[in-house]
Amino acid sequence: MASPPPLPSSTSVLSSASSLADSLFQRSLDDLIKSLRSDPSSEPSIIARSLSEIRREIRSSDPLTKSIALQKLTYLSSLHFHSMSFAAFHTLELLPSPSPQTKRLAYLAASLSFHPSTTELLPLATHQLHKDLTSLSTSSSSSFPFLPSLPLHLLSLASSADLSSHLAPDLVPLLSRSSPLQPKAVAATYRVLSLCPSTVPVLFKPLVDCLSSDNPLTVSAAVGAFCELSAPPNDPAPYLPLAPEIYRVLVNSRSNWTLIKALKIFSRLVPLEPRLGTRIVEPLSKFLRESQAKSLVLECIKTVVSCLPTHTEAMRLAIDKIKELLSSDDDPNLRYLGLQTLGMLAPGHLWALEESREVVAQSLTDPDRSICHEALRVMMAMTLQENSIESCTLLVRQAAKSDPEFANEILDSVLTSCSKDFYELVVDFDWYVSLLGEMARIVHCTKGDEISRQLVDIGLRVRDARPELVRVARELLIDPSLLGNHFLYNVLSAAAWISGEYVEFSKDPMELVEALLQPRTSLLPTSARAVYIQSVLKVLTFSCNSHIDESSSLVNDTVIARMLSLIEMTVGPLAESEEAEVEDRVRNLLGVVRLVANIKDLSVDKDKDGMIYEVVRVMDALFSDEMGPVSANAQKKVSVPEDLDLKDNLADLSEFISDNDAAMSRSNPSILFYPQSCNASEEVEVGPTSVAESTSLKEHRKRHGLYYLSTDKETTEPELTEDYPRVNETLPPSNGDTTRRVKVTKLRPTVVKLDEGEDLATSSSLSTKVEAMKDDPLSGAIKDVLLGKNGNGASSSFDASSSSQGKGKDKVKGKEIKSKKGEEGESKDRHKGRRKHKHRKEPAPPVSVAQETPVIQDFLL
Amino acid sequence: MIRFILLQNRQGKTRLAKYYVPLEDSEKHKVEYEVHRLVVNRDPKFTNFVEFRTHKVIYRRYAGLFFSMCVDITDNELAYLECIHLFVEILDHFFSNVCELDLVFNFHKVYLILDEFILAGELQETSKRAIIERMGELENIYFRAMRFAIVIFTPWLKDLAFFSW
Repeated sequence: MASPPPLPSSTSVLSSASSLADSLFQRSLDDLIKSLRSDPSSEPSIIARSLSEIRREIRSSDPLTKSIALQKLTYLSSLHFHSMSFAAFHTLELLPSPSPQTKRLAYLAASLSFHPSTTELLPLATHQLHKDLTSLSTSSSSSFPFLPSLPLHLLSLASSADLSSHLAPDLVPLLSRSSPLQPKAVAATYRVLSLCPSTVPVLFKPLVDCLSSDNPLTVSAAVGAFCELSAPPNDPAPYLPLAPEIYRVLVNSRSNWTLIKALKIFSRLVPLEPRLGTRIVEPLSKFLRESQAKSLVLECIKTVVSCLPTHTEAMRLAIDKIKELLSSDDDPNLRYLGLQTLGMLAPGHLWALEESREVVAQSLTDPDRSICHEALRVMMAMTLQENSIESCTLLVRQAAKSDPEFANEILDSVLTSCSKDFYELVVDFDWYVSLLGEMARIVHCTKGDEISRQLVDIGLRVRDARPELVRVARELLIDPSLLGNHFLYNVLSAAAWISGEYVEFSKDPMELVEALLQPRTSLLPTSARAVYIQSVLKVLTFSCNSHIDESSSLVNDTVIARMLSLIEMTVGPLAESEEAEVEDRVRNLLGVVRLVANIKDLSVDKDKDGMIYEVVRVMDALFSDEMGPVSANAQKKVSVPEDLDLKDNLADLSEFISDNDAAMSRSNPSILFYPQSCNASEEVEVGPTSVAESTSLKEHRKRHGLYYLSTDKETTEPELTEDYPRVNETLPPSNGDTTRRVKVTKLRPTVVKLDEGEDLATSSSLSTKVEAMKDDPLSGAIKDVLLGKNGNGASSSFDASSSSQGKGKDKVKGKEIKSKKGEEGESKDRHKGRRKHKHRKEPAPPVSVAQETPVIQDFLL
Repeated sequence: MIRFILLQNRQGKTRLAKYYVPLEDSEKHKVEYEVHRLVVNRDPKFTNFVEFRTHKVIYRRYAGLFFSMCVDITDNELAYLECIHLFVEILDHFFSNVCELDLVFNFHKVYLILDEFILAGELQETSKRAIIERMGELENIYFRAMRFAIVIFTPWLKDLAFFSW
């Protein structure tokens, strides 16, 4: 790519002539900007033209032409999004330029355009960066002391792990006390450390020394660096030994910025070492009382609220400040932050939340979405069993008034928090069920899937809620306007299933049949339609049965006759339906209808042995079995008995399903099947569709009862719920279970629960996360350094690198040994950079960061 | 830490963009578009904080320009709000009554100021006076002595430096 050295040939004369023309008539950046501004409409063509100019100019041998071309390209790339990856090599060519301006241009272009993973030429910059970083110590460029700040920028923005590990030793002199660029070097060091953990042995000690620098900027940068290093994805534990140093910064620093960062570090350390809390609570309270800077006060509040909840004095101060924030009507920012911190208070200090309840409720109506969000979060955080009715009703009412997006967010959070831990928040299920119905009716509601899931789930789990469920379902079904809303199809399908399954609670079966067969049901998708028709069958069976038993005054001859004719009239045409699900169910239903209709007079012929009686009884028995929830893990927990060979007869089967099935499936391509997960209610329902299947199922159940969940006796008594599913026996009772059992003794209806497979899953993933944090190479390396190990594993990676790195390693090792033994004067000062350590050690407090953990305990006691 | 800083006008034209985390070009474009959409329609009476993906954007509007900073979710909002204001004050002092055109034509100087102010996503200097003093020195180095230096060094450049690595 590089142009060969100029030869005295005609081509070179030509090229130099053209490059001369380029440089003479080159347009500057100002020209480019002016032409762009003069005619905004033809911007693309201007850019395209100048890009082609730039491509030519940037190959010029004249550095000035080259640099101006690069400048223009940088402008176009950063503000008009034109890739400048083609210029990476030319940028590298300009990096060594002796002119500060060109150098700066090249560095700017590099730091804006280089990307650690996609710029392949990045390794070529190593040497130049090394030269520029070390130029400070060489006398030639002492006239230009800011030079190394340029490579520091590049290093912090576009460095790869490789580059970082090569250049790490060059940073050490810059971190020294005498360096004018110490603060900048600190910031770059933090990036290098987080990119390349193997540099820890070289860089970490100098970085720690910067915490006790005289220069407040260095201290600020160092605290910032440690704040970032200990930030959440990393493990803060290795930084515990630094607590004394950071505490000193907290007490002595005058910069709010530094204090905020120091507080952030403490908020990560205090949970690991609670005794730190008693130390920092005093300066914190001072800041809370005296500081004029809102940002510092905010940080203090956050720290107190999140990690010092036991210090009542500080807590009270913080809560007062939160209230101050909340009451600042003129500044939405402060109100927002007030709400945010209020949300952090949630579990332990509900009284404070209660006091601000009105403000929070008012904030829900704020025009600013950010404030609404926070208010919603606080609202959910302070929702408990005792006030769930009040809060949720308020929220749902608010959702009805809000704009679609926020309304759905409200609904979402109400739905998730109420259904959490098997509806722990809900005491009054009648109320909750009607709330679900209300939610479904909100105009913008798009949460139909979740609402329908919960409706069915409550139906299965909470026996006492069923009458109310049926009432809510009826209201949803009889409203023809809901049928046009495609977000509600699942809700309607769930409602249809509920009114079919729990039809015994229905007040008027005829009305139900009319609702289920109203003309607008043709708008429903097939899956919902199938559920509707199946429910009609259930209602019909129930009605016939109760008519024969004379158990219901609502059902009489005329009602049954009307029902039958209505069904025949509306469902009849569907028998030819294209969809298998619908067709199947319609045919079942029509079969029953015709059977019943054939025997004209039901009531006159009270012949208990008659056929009609038999049919209705069988059908009713089919549907009267109660369905319970099935644990997701149930199948897994059943072990296969030894004498059962599941694969035994499968080979014989292949004979039967050879040609016929293949042919059938080919001849009937229009049949539609729905995926199992399509609809929760459907899945539950599919089981008892045909008599034959059900009876064989019953037989099977009788024989292999062990492998079935007992469906009859589960929800009767509270104590039974614990052992309801057989499969649950192996689970040890968790804390959650005991608290729930206590709650069950209240008036709250029983909620059938199965094993908490999800809970187990989350807790295990959490523990793996913690392990992953422990394995983090950065924190491991830092731990090694702080605890005085030699870090052999880490330093071995430096063996292959250049001599300058070797020096760095020696230096650190030497210092470690020194600090361990506590004999500073004895070790030889072979390296210049060493002096700063010695310097620092002398005024250093007795608590050295390089010692073992006891350090921190001394500090605390 | 600061993930990126954006200066955009009301039309969504980017006047300055600096990223402190490596992003692909296409991603940068998307981010700038999304941030503009987020902040441009907000009422002046609204909060200056908006959630953006897994981070948050702290923005402030000065005349027709939006200064947006994307920071971590745990960062202190008020501190960064002050930080934006400080940056604007510095620009204002440096260009004496800064306007959008100043930023357009002095593209490189704005980056120079920003680099003095923030490095690796961390605030370097909180004193306005210190930065302005420093800028004076740097301006001398980069923008006045410059032409002279180029004239002197140009003939040597090719032989001396190009392939030294």
